[in-house]
Amino acid sequence: MALLEVENLSVQFYTEDGVVRAVDGLSYEIERGETVGVVGESGAGKSVAALSLLRLIDDPGEIVDGSIRFRGRDVLSFSSDELRRFRGNDVAIAFQDPEAALNPVYTVGEQVAETIRAHGVASGDAARERAISLLERVGIPDAATRYSHYPHEFSGGMVQRAVLAMALSCEPDLLVLDEPTTGLDVTIQAQVLELLEELSSSFDTAIQLVTHDLGVVARRCDRVVVMYAGRAIERATVEDLFYDPSHPYTAGLMASIPRIGDGADRLPTIPGRMADPVDPPTGCPFHPRCPYAEPVCETHRPGLVDVETGEPVADATAPDHLAACHEHTGDLDGGLEYEVLIDDETTASGGGTDP
Amino acid sequence: MSLAKYALRRALVSVPVLLGATAITFSFVYLAPGDPIDTLVGFDAVDPAVEEALRAEHNLDRPLWEQYLLWLRDVLVLEFGTSPITGRDVAATIAGRLPATIALGVAAWALSLLIGVPAGIVAAVNYGELEDELSRVAALAGIATPNFWLGLVLLFVFGVHLGWVRVTPPDAPLASLEMLWFLVLPTITLGTASAALVMRLMRSSMRRELNEPYVRTARAKGLSERTVIYKHVLRNSLIAVVTVAGLQVAFLVDGAVVVEQVFSWPGMGRLLVEAVGRRDVPVVQGVVLLIAVSVVLANLLVDLAYAVLDPRIRYDR
Repeated sequence: MALLEVENLSVQFYTEDGVVRAVDGLSYEIERGETVGVVGESGAGKSVAALSLLRLIDDPGEIVDGSIRFRGRDVLSFSSDELRRFRGNDVAIAFQDPEAALNPVYTVGEQVAETIRAHGVASGDAARERAISLLERVGIPDAATRYSHYPHEFSGGMVQRAVLAMALSCEPDLLVLDEPTTGLDVTIQAQVLELLEELSSSFDTAIQLVTHDLGVVARRCDRVVVMYAGRAIERATVEDLFYDPSHPYTAGLMASIPRIGDGADRLPTIPGRMADPVDPPTGCPFHPRCPYAEPVCETHRPGLVDVETGEPVADATAPDHLAACHEHTGDLDGGLEYEVLIDDETTASGGGTDP
Repeated sequence: MSLAKYALRRALVSVPVLLGATAITFSFVYLAPGDPIDTLVGFDAVDPAVEEALRAEHNLDRPLWEQYLLWLRDVLVLEFGTSPITGRDVAATIAGRLPATIALGVAAWALSLLIGVPAGIVAAVNYGELEDELSRVAALAGIATPNFWLGLVLLFVFGVHLGWVRVTPPDAPLASLEMLWFLVLPTITLGTASAALVMRLMRSSMRRELNEPYVRTARAKGLSERTVIYKHVLRNSLIAVVTVAGLQVAFLVDGAVVVEQVFSWPGMGRLLVEAVGRRDVPVVQGVVLLIAVSVVLANLLVDLAYAVLDPRIRYDR
C-alpha cells in the first residue's frame, strides 16, 4: 500500500461560462519518503489536484469523482473533525505566493506555533520553542527575534522558508509544495531546493512537488506526472521521462528549457495555448498544438498506456512508464519523429520537433 | 514616542477643521431670521436705548467677524462665555447636559457594533443563504427607517400602548436603573441605522477577506473553522469596520439631536435645538465646538486603532 493513492480524481468548477473539468480522471500514487513531481503549464490542473488532497476545493468547485486514500484511509469520506486532524498533521501544504499565504496581522512565529498547538504537538511556551527551532532549521537567522516579526518584514526567500517551517511543523508524512521556487531569484531557488532535499531526508517526508519548472523536477524528483488539460498524459520515473519522453507535449516542454551554448536565437515554444477548459477539443486535448497530430487524434481520446506494450494498465497507480498518445497503441501512421539528444553531464535534454 | 508625535500632528491638522466648523455655524446662526435681543426681552416692545445697551453688553453691535474673533479669543483660554438669554455660564450649561448625551451615544454606538459585527459575520459566513438574505432585508429596513419616526413608533407601542416604559424620562439620576431602562428605546432608535450600516460593511469586508489566500492556509493547517473565522478573518475584516465605527460618532451626534427631541432626553442635542431657537449664539457655538472636537478625536482614535489591528500600518515616520 502506497502512502497516497489517488484514483480517477475528477474536480469540476461551475463557472458562468460553463462547467470546467479542472482535473479529469487523474491517478497517481506516492510512496513513503519519495518525491513526485507534478508538471504542466498554467491551467493544467496541478494546483487544483494538490488542493483536492486536503479537500480544500471551495465553492464553486467540487470533487465529483474518484478516490483519495492516505495510508489506506479514504480522505473523501472524512468527517470534518477527522479532516481537521488530517490537514497539516498527516499532509501539509505550502502554497505558492508564500507572502499572500500568511496572515498579515499575525507574527510569523505565531502562525507556525499555531499549527503546533492545533494538533496538540506542544502547547504554550513549548510550542513557541518548537516554532523557533523549526525556523532555525529552515535557515532563518536569528529565529528567536524573527519569531515576533510580521510577514511583511520578511524577504521573499525568508517568507518561503517560513511557510516551509509551518508546513513541516507537525512532521507530516506528505508535504505538498505548490510552486515552491516560483518568484524566487535563482540563488534563493537553489537554497530552497537544497533545504527541501535536506528536510525530506531528515524528516523522511514524501513530497508532491507541483511545478512548471522541469529543471526543479530533474534535480529533486524520483517520479513525475505530466499533466495537460486536467489529465495525466505521461507518468514515469524521472530518468525515463528525461531520456525517453513519450508524449509530444512532454517533448515540447523539454525542448523549451533554455540551454546555455546551443546557439539558438529564440527559445522553442509549444505553439498555441492550453486547451479551453470549458470547451476542450475533441479527441486528444493536445492535438491542436501537436506537430504529429493525425485525423485519429481529433476523434479518439488516447488512454494512458504502457509505452512498451501499448496496453492500458489495470492498476491505475502502477509505477510503469505510461503515456497517453495514440503512438503507443500503434494508431499513429507517421509516428513521433523527434529524437532525444543526450548531452553528457546534463540530465535534461530535449528533442527538436522537426519531422 | 512616535505615536505621540503622530497624534500631535493630527491634532494640529484638525485646527482648521475646528475653525471652519465654528465659523460656519456662527455665520449661519446670524443668517437665520430672528434676533437674540427679541428673545431676551420676551418679544416686548422696549425702549431702543435699552435695546442698544443690551446689544453693547453682549458685543452684538460689533461686526460679525469681530464678534467671531472675540468669541475665538475667549475660547483659546477655555472661556466659553455666558448665555445672553439665560445669563448662565455656557460651559456649566453644556457640562450639565453632556453626561446624558454621552450615555445615549455610547449606548447606541455599542448597540450598533454589538449587533452589526456579529450579524455581518453570520451573513458573510452564510453568504447567499437564508441568514444572509434575512440580514440584507433587515439592514435595508434599518437604514431606510427615519430615526424620528422609529422613535415615535417605539414610544407609541412600548410607552403608550403596552406601557412598559415611560414616555418622558423619569426624574432620577442618570446612573439609576429607572433611567437606564428608559434609555433602551432611545438607544434602539439611534443605533438601528448604524447597526445596519456596520453589518453591511462587516459582511462585505469579511466576504473579501474570506477569499484571501491566508484563509486557505489557515484551513490547510488543520485549524477549526471557528479559529479560521474568529482569529484569522475577523481581525482583518475589522480594519474596514473601524473606519466607519469612527465616522459613526459624527453620525450618532447628528442623530442624537433628533432622537433627544423625540424622547425629551436632557442631552446636548436638545440643548442645541433650544439654543438655536433662542438665537443663543454662545451656547450654539460651544455645543458645535464640542461636537467638532469629538468627531476629530474619534477619527484620531480610528487611526490609532488601525495601527493596533494592522501591523503593516505603524506611524513611525
